[in-house]
Amino acid sequence: MDFQVVVLAGGFSKSLVPLVSKDVPKALLPVANRPVLSYVLEHFEENNLKDFIVVVEGESAALLVGGWISNAYVDRLHVESWRDDTVRESIRRGTVPVETNTGKGMVAAVPEDVGTAGALRAIDRHLTAKDILVVSGDLISDIPPGAVAAAHRRHDAAVTAMLCSTPISGPSESGSSGGKDKAKKPARHNIIGLDPTKQFLLHVAAGAEVEKDIRVQKSILRAVGQMEIRADLMDAHMYAFKRTVLQEVLNKKETFLSLRRDVLPYLVRSQLRSELSQNGAVAEENGNSKGVSDSTIMLSQLLTNASTQSFHELYALGPDGSALSPRKTHKCCVHIASKSNYCVRLNSIQAFSDINRDVIGDASHLSGYSFSPQNNIIHPTAELGSKTTVGPHCMLGEGSQMGDKCSVKKSVIGRHCRIGSNVKVVNSVIMDHVTIGDGCSIQGSVVCSNVQLQERVVLRDCQSTSFFARLTQVGAGYVVSSGSEHKGESLAKKEKQ
Amino acid sequence: MVGKKGGSKGMGAAEDAEEELARTPLQAIILADSFTTKFRPITLERPKVLLPLVNAPMIDYTLAWLESAGVEEVFVFCCAHSKQVIDYLDKSNWFGQPNFSVTTIESHNAISAGDALRLIYEQHVEDFPDMFRIAQDPNSIIAANREGINWDIRFRRNMHDWEVNDLVDLFARLQHCHINLQAADKLKWGHQKGVYTVKEGYQQLCSRNPVIANWPWKLIWRTKLPPKIRGDFILVSGDTVSNMSLSQALKEHKERRRKDSNAVMTMVIKQSKASPVTRQSRLGTEELFMVIDPETKQLLYYEDRGDNLKGYLSLDKALLTDNTSISLQNDKQDCYIDICSPEVLSLFTDNFDYQHLRHDFVKGLLVDDIMGYKIYTHEIHSSYAARIDNYRSYHTISKDIIQRWTYPLVPDVQFFGNSATKLERQGMYRAPEIKQSRSSKIGPFTVIGSGTSIGNNTEISNSVVGEGCSIGSNVTIEGCYIWHNVTIEDGCKLKHSIVCDGVTMKSGAALEPGVVLSFKVVIGRSFLVPAYSKVSLHQQPIRQDSDEELEYADNSSGITESPSVSGTLDLLNEEERTELPDSQEYGVGDGGVGFIWLVSEAGQEEEWRHSVAPIPVDKLVAIMQISNDEADLPNEDGAFLPPSGELGPDSITNDSNEDAEDIRDDSVIFEREVEATFQRAVEEDVTDDHVILEVNSLRLTVNEFPGLMLFVILWLDPKFLSAIENCLCLPSLFYCRLSYNMASADCAGALFYSVMKLALDAPHDSPNELYKNVVSTVRKWKKLLKYYLPSIDEEIEVILKFEEMCLESAREYSPLFVQILHHLYDQDIIQEEAILDWASEKEGAEESDKIFVKQSEKFIQWLKEASEEEDED
Repeated sequence: MDFQVVVLAGGFSKSLVPLVSKDVPKALLPVANRPVLSYVLEHFEENNLKDFIVVVEGESAALLVGGWISNAYVDRLHVESWRDDTVRESIRRGTVPVETNTGKGMVAAVPEDVGTAGALRAIDRHLTAKDILVVSGDLISDIPPGAVAAAHRRHDAAVTAMLCSTPISGPSESGSSGGKDKAKKPARHNIIGLDPTKQFLLHVAAGAEVEKDIRVQKSILRAVGQMEIRADLMDAHMYAFKRTVLQEVLNKKETFLSLRRDVLPYLVRSQLRSELSQNGAVAEENGNSKGVSDSTIMLSQLLTNASTQSFHELYALGPDGSALSPRKTHKCCVHIASKSNYCVRLNSIQAFSDINRDVIGDASHLSGYSFSPQNNIIHPTAELGSKTTVGPHCMLGEGSQMGDKCSVKKSVIGRHCRIGSNVKVVNSVIMDHVTIGDGCSIQGSVVCSNVQLQERVVLRDCQSTSFFARLTQVGAGYVVSSGSEHKGESLAKKEKQ
Repeated sequence: MVGKKGGSKGMGAAEDAEEELARTPLQAIILADSFTTKFRPITLERPKVLLPLVNAPMIDYTLAWLESAGVEEVFVFCCAHSKQVIDYLDKSNWFGQPNFSVTTIESHNAISAGDALRLIYEQHVEDFPDMFRIAQDPNSIIAANREGINWDIRFRRNMHDWEVNDLVDLFARLQHCHINLQAADKLKWGHQKGVYTVKEGYQQLCSRNPVIANWPWKLIWRTKLPPKIRGDFILVSGDTVSNMSLSQALKEHKERRRKDSNAVMTMVIKQSKASPVTRQSRLGTEELFMVIDPETKQLLYYEDRGDNLKGYLSLDKALLTDNTSISLQNDKQDCYIDICSPEVLSLFTDNFDYQHLRHDFVKGLLVDDIMGYKIYTHEIHSSYAARIDNYRSYHTISKDIIQRWTYPLVPDVQFFGNSATKLERQGMYRAPEIKQSRSSKIGPFTVIGSGTSIGNNTEISNSVVGEGCSIGSNVTIEGCYIWHNVTIEDGCKLKHSIVCDGVTMKSGAALEPGVVLSFKVVIGRSFLVPAYSKVSLHQQPIRQDSDEELEYADNSSGITESPSVSGTLDLLNEEERTELPDSQEYGVGDGGVGFIWLVSEAGQEEEWRHSVAPIPVDKLVAIMQISNDEADLPNEDGAFLPPSGELGPDSITNDSNEDAEDIRDDSVIFEREVEATFQRAVEEDVTDDHVILEVNSLRLTVNEFPGLMLFVILWLDPKFLSAIENCLCLPSLFYCRLSYNMASADCAGALFYSVMKLALDAPHDSPNELYKNVVSTVRKWKKLLKYYLPSIDEEIEVILKFEEMCLESAREYSPLFVQILHHLYDQDIIQEEAILDWASEKEGAEESDKIFVKQSEKFIQWLKEASEEEDED
């Protein structure tokens, strides 16, 4: 398809402390006992997009991610016999090539805090395909990336963004009135302006702009006539860029740091008075169609010609169809995911809990696991004591042990956990190698790897109905002393804070 | 006023009343005065609604449409030339129609649509107008307010002292009311049995007095009957041409009303092409931006007087709090057909400052969400609706009629007011009795009225010729509108012009495109009337409001609503234009009669916009250019208007930094804005007064919360100030004044900075030249500076600002500090007291702060001595 996929996997995200630590970068956070990055990679692989670059912020994070990829895909990807030091060496040089059977992949380390645009700037020389799909490494979604690619090619767009409906955050079960209020007013992420056919992006406001008055360019409005302004759509952080456009913008506008806040709004703003050097793009296209007789390109050109003229072309032609001075335009397209699609980013602790819950619950098709008739997954090597119940929408990892009379509801329990007797786990995520003493009660909490909970520890909320607002997290390796109660706190080893 | 305790009985009565309302005949109000001056000079002699549109008066189109759309009662509100309108309606058969009653309302002092509606409302509630105004529900009926033996009357607010008497009167009257909730309301004879009817009443009267029997009482009956708007009504202007069916829009309106009594109005809109070129070339109207809720079709934003200088449109973020999706539309045309609920009338009465239907009323309701009134839109697709707003739309709509878009309101179909014509090939309409020479040619899309004669070799195309005209030989007429009884002698050439009744064009005369010849003008032999000129027997009025046709109130209220730069600019231009009284004495050639009206240069520039003539190509290019340039504006202004998204490097991940940016120092913004305003003033060569006005409004925008803007702008004009002070107390006003005093010093500083910056930006090689620059700049803007230096405090502020400039932003000035200070002193911009105060203020300061005090020591010394000398004297 001549698309190159760039996965922006982040580094040690500050907003996810204490879940991330120097051992676990964001990309490796477990979702139903699998690193979040695996969801993205496999999703693209399924859609036959195998030429990928995983960009990780920071060297040590890159090392961890690179190591994980080479291990996890050892059976599927053709990996050269790596020794730890060769990996380290490659990372230092910038990239680790990972060869798969069907495509090529690499892990690239970029300095921290360069932003998403900065990250792309850093790997500029590795971008070779005609179009680049940029996706955030924390995007858990079942929207086929092919749809974005198709929309992009169909209009020969400079950029195509994927939009999904703003998730309604809040507890899934019918909660108290507080929960309902929350559900009614979803947080606003973007303000999006679309043309009446919902194919073109005419206005986008992100970040702090969202809270300000909406400022619409009259020239674009005049060209289109109508603009639909929506607050219920969210930029899902999957973009298709024309490579020449992306590289040109990144090189020309050195201050741009973020794709979402700088590059995309810039392209949208300037779509009717394009500052992009069209010549380059045209030459590129010509070169392509002459040199490589690529059927997809032919098809896309056919489609472009077949579709009725978009306002861009009409605008470029001028009032009477006779161009007084042909204007430069470029197109910004969108693909709007249907509401039934799942599309959430793991970018907050809240989202971490939500996604874990959804992947073993409502959106179980994403997990890739097969569920038991009880609608849960219990690894065959897991041991359950007598009178211990594991409810539906639960997951119990490999080699975990549970004592007697325990109860697990809507929770994920990782590998090799040792859980005592009379323990209740509800709406929680427990990672690997956690030890939980007898009589503990854990509700609405996240317990990271290697945590030790002594006897009769209570981690919970006062009200289970609004627990998401008062989520309790327990940092890795933390020992919670016996008999203590914690509500809505973040616990971590001191040196980590 | 339906009380909650009302129980089933009260509610039942109210529902009955509602059904009763639904059964009332469909009513319409026609405003037979557009309250504008766009059709001058023609409208000096004849009201706009009687001007012929394809040989039939405009109002006939409106009335014929309303009749066909099922309207049963029409109230025609006449203001300018009201007698002519009433006479016309009298002569035509509109008064005698079955199932279609036409009533006229006459007023001589209404100056706006708002006034007209207020007048109609007040006629409505003659007895207790004030009570109705503050009643919670002006449509409530007596029965609904009866709670057992007590009256339960609800008002929106407490009584003022002067209203108490009215209330007492009302109660006194109510005491005598006995209500039978079961029976329907009707008037009964006091002395005899049976229901009262007006007819019977007159018969009674006539039978008693034979003199009255011969009296033409039908006329009295008609005019004396106070108009009663009982239910939803259609509000249109008398220059509307439409063939739309109202039933769908009415149904939607009524359904909405049933669910939500706050849905007071439905506006009819129509799709049009979005390009500014089309808009200009079709109806000559301003660009219209609307925000509509795509689900409910509620109107959320309306702007037809946008600031063309701005390349972007700013929408209140609150629009998106209630709706997740809104539709911003630029490709719609407002048909000026409104379906209103009776509340609309009382709203106009409540808000006595509402003048214009759109600019005041619609925007007022949209902005003010306290009462929660809502306006909805109804889009028509296949039918036609447009309003004749100016000469250009006159031209466009005439063409549409000839091309039969307005069917059945076309020349060959008989409706009221037009005479029979026959449609021939190529859209040619010819009345039966035409004397046409064989050698003459009549081109396509032309209408020729009856009794007209056309001479040899004359060519007419794309034109309308009225009745009884005589057109000589070898005449060319292209794209013209020639009204009745016009004489055009041999060899005349007419292009894209309007020629009114009774005009004579002597042989060989010619009209360039865009000319308007008013009634009975005579154009002399072989005289060429220049493009866009308007010729009338009347002299151009010196002051617009001294004229017969009443001044469009909107002009003066323009300031109140659009605090933008262009709003004030327009206003001033308008005034300038009227202050040019010269009118050439019969400058229309040999034997010609008529004055050519002058337009000021600014007006001339704009004349093409509204003219009947096609838009010149260069103007079209210019429009396109403007829309292009606008696209580039945000970047140029980037300095103080950061385009969305480009928030700089710190915006990337760190939210706290963003917040910090948001709360940027207000004063910095303010300074930049003042500078920008000033810069603009310099570029556009605006007068000082103007800048004062603008800076004032800026100052208050920055300092006040937006809700006060209205008062702020009002306050700038002393005329309005008194108006406001008279009407109740407005604490906010005093707040504004207070803040004015506080901000004055900042303002002076900022302005001074701008002036000095200007001088600095002018090219200079040596300090000497720079000084000269300063001298000339200061001379130019002296008046402005003075205005902002009412007291010593501001002057000191200016010196401090200057000091700061010398140290930081404009070091070039530092060697010239004393020299410039002296100059400012000489020019009386800064008084010696200020300088001395400044020096003494600085005495305690650090050494580094005293550089300039030391520099100017000599000067200060000199000042001190001078003042001592004065004291000695």
